[in-house]
Amino acid sequence: MKDLNLINQLTYYFTHNGLYVLQQFNRTFLMAIYGVLLGAIVGIPIGIWISQHRKLSPAVIGIANVIQTVPSLAMLSILMLGLGLGENTVIVTVFLYSLLPIIKNTYTGMLSVNPHVLDAGKGMGMTRWQVLTTIRIPLSLAVMIAGIRNALVVGIGITVIGSFIGAGGLGDIIIRGTNATNGGAIILAGALPTALMAIITDLVLSFVEKRLTPKTSSAR
Amino acid sequence: MLLEMSHLRKEYPNGKMAVDDFNLEVGRGEFICFIGTSGSGKTTTMRMINRMLHQTSGTIKINGHDIAKMDPVKLRRSIGYVIQNIGLMPHMTIQENIELVPKLLGWSKEKRAQQAHKMIALAQLPDEMLERYPGELSGGQQQRIGVVRALAADQEIILMDEPFGALDPITRESLQDLVKHLQEDLGKTFIFVTHDMDEALSLATRVVIMSQGKQVQVDTPENILRHPANEFVTNLIGEERLIRAQPNILTVSQIMKRHPATIQPEQTLADAIDTMHERRVDTLLVTDQDQKLVGYLDIDDVSRKTDVQTPVKQLMNHEVSYVQAKALIGDSVQRLLKLGVKNIPVVNQEKQLVGIVTRTSLVDIVYDALRGAPATDEQPASPINVDIHAAANHEGSADA
Repeated sequence: MKDLNLINQLTYYFTHNGLYVLQQFNRTFLMAIYGVLLGAIVGIPIGIWISQHRKLSPAVIGIANVIQTVPSLAMLSILMLGLGLGENTVIVTVFLYSLLPIIKNTYTGMLSVNPHVLDAGKGMGMTRWQVLTTIRIPLSLAVMIAGIRNALVVGIGITVIGSFIGAGGLGDIIIRGTNATNGGAIILAGALPTALMAIITDLVLSFVEKRLTPKTSSAR
Repeated sequence: MLLEMSHLRKEYPNGKMAVDDFNLEVGRGEFICFIGTSGSGKTTTMRMINRMLHQTSGTIKINGHDIAKMDPVKLRRSIGYVIQNIGLMPHMTIQENIELVPKLLGWSKEKRAQQAHKMIALAQLPDEMLERYPGELSGGQQQRIGVVRALAADQEIILMDEPFGALDPITRESLQDLVKHLQEDLGKTFIFVTHDMDEALSLATRVVIMSQGKQVQVDTPENILRHPANEFVTNLIGEERLIRAQPNILTVSQIMKRHPATIQPEQTLADAIDTMHERRVDTLLVTDQDQKLVGYLDIDDVSRKTDVQTPVKQLMNHEVSYVQAKALIGDSVQRLLKLGVKNIPVVNQEKQLVGIVTRTSLVDIVYDALRGAPATDEQPASPINVDIHAAANHEGSADA
């Protein structure tokens, strides 16, 4: 093994532990997705709600901001005290961190809808609910997705750190690498898929974001 | 009455009075323009009609039904609504935009599509445009869609809030033609808010002039030009516009010269020549004891006779054309010029002579009408302008 260079060591690792890496990849990805999905389920309605009650927005966004300022390792440890070791704690942490980008983007998206369009909709006889579902949400969907995209990239990072509290995933491989002598290849074996995951999800969601941007031109 | 607004008042919590005791009855097919400076309450009043705003007190009735007792959503679906910033949904095609209210009302898909085709034709735009998105249309085309969208569900009343304010003058004019056509040919009733006086005067059947929440004057465009209620209205209309409208609002009595040179039929030719010399004129108007115009005496008629003792009545021309003092200049000017006379006497209803109109005073009127108001630094104001203000300040000033 010592005779091999870094690249060769890496390929060696992948060929021998390919399935294991894939399993961990899957695990990390699912934890991040679950956390963000929960964040979206809670955050989007909150964002819509505070856009209708704007007096509440500084308080709500303030709280989400405070959550964001807690270092992720500290947050994991604090939650661990209550929720114990394991993936659930990581999912809750990802959920908490995804709240701010999702709430904030939903809120901004809702407010960025041209008020004249809303006025016209109301003036033509749309109910509040119709204005929300046929004008406000479609016109702010892209901004909301951008928030989810942010949350997911942050969430993947947190999930990897989550290995410290026994959640498993690609973080396990990285930690193993840092503990081994000359473990550079093992670190890379964990870090590269993580980076790849972040990049790919970002690309996929940016594509989704573009698709969801309401068509305003027939030339496409 | 289609729409009745009585004692409308809108007061904001901070004590600002936006609309104060607004009363108006609007008949079917009328085109009402609300005009005033910003903050005059015109938009506020309009927005109360479809309950986008709620009045502090007062009632609005449509076809006799108090709108405060109606479901606001249903009410709004029955009233067309066009705003300045167009308000087309950017993420919907033109067809979807036009079909918006019919869809809310639950029309069938076929009926909606049919209506969309009808409406795009009404807007004088090609059918293919239905597939396009608002962002691909010019501002004028978008507002055409905005206008017909407001009619798509056969709304009877259409509210328009400065709909053409952001358009260039040529586009604006073609859109004004469109709404005028909708009102005249389809019998739609328009409540139109504008700050453009030309727009209000050319479109409206009645203009409501507002200032600080109060109605200053409610009248037809002609009457407003003829008798502005006060100085505010005069200023709002603008001097230039009043001058351009002069031939249609000024009466002959306002431009005539008073005390023309006259002579009695019984007086002699010698007296006539003396008077002509004294007043430096070549024509004398002949009036009887009651000041009634009976003829005229020209210098040509005088020179042919040598006997200076001849009475005027033997020489004078009985065929004399005249104009009524109350007649509008616009109506008389054509006739005056065609007669080819240098001047023409003005009489009142009893045919008594009250003055004379010379061709030069007509030239002034025509000049002002064509070239606009004299530059403001030209002080003092021309006598014509003084007349205008006199006309503006005295109601029924047409009396000689």
